[in-house]
Amino acid sequence: MGPEYEATADQYQADDHDHHGAPSGIKRWLFSTNHKDIGTMYLVFSLLMFFVGGTMIMIVRAELFQPGLQFVDPAFFNQMTTMHGLVMVFGAIMPAFVGLANWMIPMMVGAPDMALPRMNNWSFWLLPVGFTFLVATLFMPGGAPAAGWTMYPPLVLQTGDAFPFLVFAVHILGASSIMGAINIIVTIMNMRAPKMTLLKMPLFVWTWFITAFLLLAAMPVFAGAVTMLLFDQYFGTHFFNAAGGGDPVMFQHIFWFFGHPEVYIMILPAFGIVSEIIPTFARKPLFGYNSMVYATASIAVLSFIVWAHHMFTVGMPLAAELFFMFSTMLIAVPTGVKVFNWIATMWRGSMTFETPMLFSLAFVFLFTIGGFSGLMLAITPVDFQYHDTYFVVAHFHYVLVPGSLFGIMAGVYYWLPKWTGHVVDEKLAKTHFWLSAIFVNITFFPQHFLGLAGMPRRIPDYSTQFADFNMMSSLGAFGFGLSQLLFVYIVYRTVKGGEKASSEVWDNPKGLEWTVPSPAPHHTFETAPELR
Amino acid sequence: MSKRKHLANFSLTTQLFALVVAMFGFGFALVPLYDVFCQLLGIGGKTAAQATAVVEAPDLSREIVVEFVTTVNEGAPWEFRAEVAEMRVHPGKLYQATFFARNLTGQPLVGQAVPSVAPGQVAKYFRKTECFCFEQQSFFANEGRDMPVVFILDPEIPRHIDRITLSYTFFAIENLAGTVTGNPPGI
Repeated sequence: MGPEYEATADQYQADDHDHHGAPSGIKRWLFSTNHKDIGTMYLVFSLLMFFVGGTMIMIVRAELFQPGLQFVDPAFFNQMTTMHGLVMVFGAIMPAFVGLANWMIPMMVGAPDMALPRMNNWSFWLLPVGFTFLVATLFMPGGAPAAGWTMYPPLVLQTGDAFPFLVFAVHILGASSIMGAINIIVTIMNMRAPKMTLLKMPLFVWTWFITAFLLLAAMPVFAGAVTMLLFDQYFGTHFFNAAGGGDPVMFQHIFWFFGHPEVYIMILPAFGIVSEIIPTFARKPLFGYNSMVYATASIAVLSFIVWAHHMFTVGMPLAAELFFMFSTMLIAVPTGVKVFNWIATMWRGSMTFETPMLFSLAFVFLFTIGGFSGLMLAITPVDFQYHDTYFVVAHFHYVLVPGSLFGIMAGVYYWLPKWTGHVVDEKLAKTHFWLSAIFVNITFFPQHFLGLAGMPRRIPDYSTQFADFNMMSSLGAFGFGLSQLLFVYIVYRTVKGGEKASSEVWDNPKGLEWTVPSPAPHHTFETAPELR
Repeated sequence: MSKRKHLANFSLTTQLFALVVAMFGFGFALVPLYDVFCQLLGIGGKTAAQATAVVEAPDLSREIVVEFVTTVNEGAPWEFRAEVAEMRVHPGKLYQATFFARNLTGQPLVGQAVPSVAPGQVAKYFRKTECFCFEQQSFFANEGRDMPVVFILDPEIPRHIDRITLSYTFFAIENLAGTVTGNPPGI
């Protein structure tokens, strides 16, 4: 990253069609149509949002450090939990995956760039606009949205001046991800190198391909739902207003019709990343490549028929509860296929434990814990106990933090030498890994017990018997938050300098991205690579 | 990029955008679909919004308890209660229940009662020939009055049902622009 490219790409440059080069200064970034620059911007932006959302949850955990109200009033507490969810989902996790897709997909399929480079620029620059809308609500009369990231009416309609900003922010962020998804699909369909058939694509490309379809199918429905909220609030419609013949429960159905595919949008690319990394460090090809692809597709299809497991307690008929319970449990089958494939890939491999591998292993282990608590939540009768407790919080943080986030971290450590041309300091990176892995468990494991004991989520105060586990969880959260500063330092250091990375970086990794020099030149695969 | 690739990209992009527009539409189509599903599956507990014609054919061998529940939405300034907490009824026979509402403010108010029947599956057997919930109710300042519901249980009602709850939620509707007269839309 940075203008060092020209100095490095030795022999490659003779063949380089980069006649115009990268524009310098701010224009390079504002007007960029280069997939690598845009990927970098996505990643930097998501890192920034990760710290914004992280700061918010530090306030929450500080308040929950002890029972009683110490630091903030309940209204602000609710704003923090709500904004933390929105910022992390739409600002940290999703853009980070889009950033990785931008950087890696063209290089992995042997394309010179994304198929629609100008739209790519637009999808990125909508993000800061959307988040300006969203973060600005913190300074508005009535404060930021506080009804939870799920925005259930009628509560969300009590949001103050922030309400239309919330809706428009969601529209803008949705438009951004939809355009990103279209770009990825067109790139994968039309820009692959000759002879790269669909079933020869790297798994990261496959998982993103399927994720992009999920985005196209789910995001517009979400946009519709928030539009209905807007109309109910300002234009006298009654979509969700019982007095006018509407039904607030219908919002939950529409929201989760989007919301459940959304959770797979946030995990499938991580599945792809660890499916790239584990074979490299186990020094064996991925076990069951085809079954991985089919399992991913099955998860995607199933994700559209399980939504109501988020709302077992709204009073559905027994037949519906059973349907959603069994269809949810069915998802464990393709997910199990994946977990067993990763384990089989490692079986009798000559494994080494570089940082990307450590994050991937933690991913497999800890994501599976999150998967199991998900199965518990899928059981309708017991869900009545778990619903809206800290058990749910523990579950989805296990799949999102050591799941999605560790997947992203693994990917960043894996490809950072390719991006920067410098080897990552293993000692620092491993310190970061162990701090993260230990603190994430200290933070979220006790929340299982809190939930089972009946502590409700989204409430700033709690009964004294929950005090010990909450203090533990808060200490873990502070530790986890601080550890991530080390990550920023490691990335900064690697960008600035360090030992030169070879073009392969690791021990004989597979994939086209390792055939270009490190750092990857501004333009790669101007002429399509030859595949055997 | 070659012209052919350019065209291929354009055509695929267009198709994908069409998918996005279709899914946006699908989100709104879920609204009528939701009601259709509730009706088809007999869930949701919504009773008919208009009076239905009925024929009396009392089945004296069965007795079902009908409970009445009244709620005022979000602390609106109403007093609202049922005259009796429950009635014992025979299917196929007409009964009248009386509800009382009072406007607790010094200004005229318009209210709308929204009915719901539990268990949801019996909603279609719960017929009303007259109900204050069929239209909006206008009240003068501090006015209170009795409001009747005339109902009949369809004798076809499943045998295992021996208790039904009829609930009314009373909404103040000053913020429902455009619905001052007539039935609430969408029921």
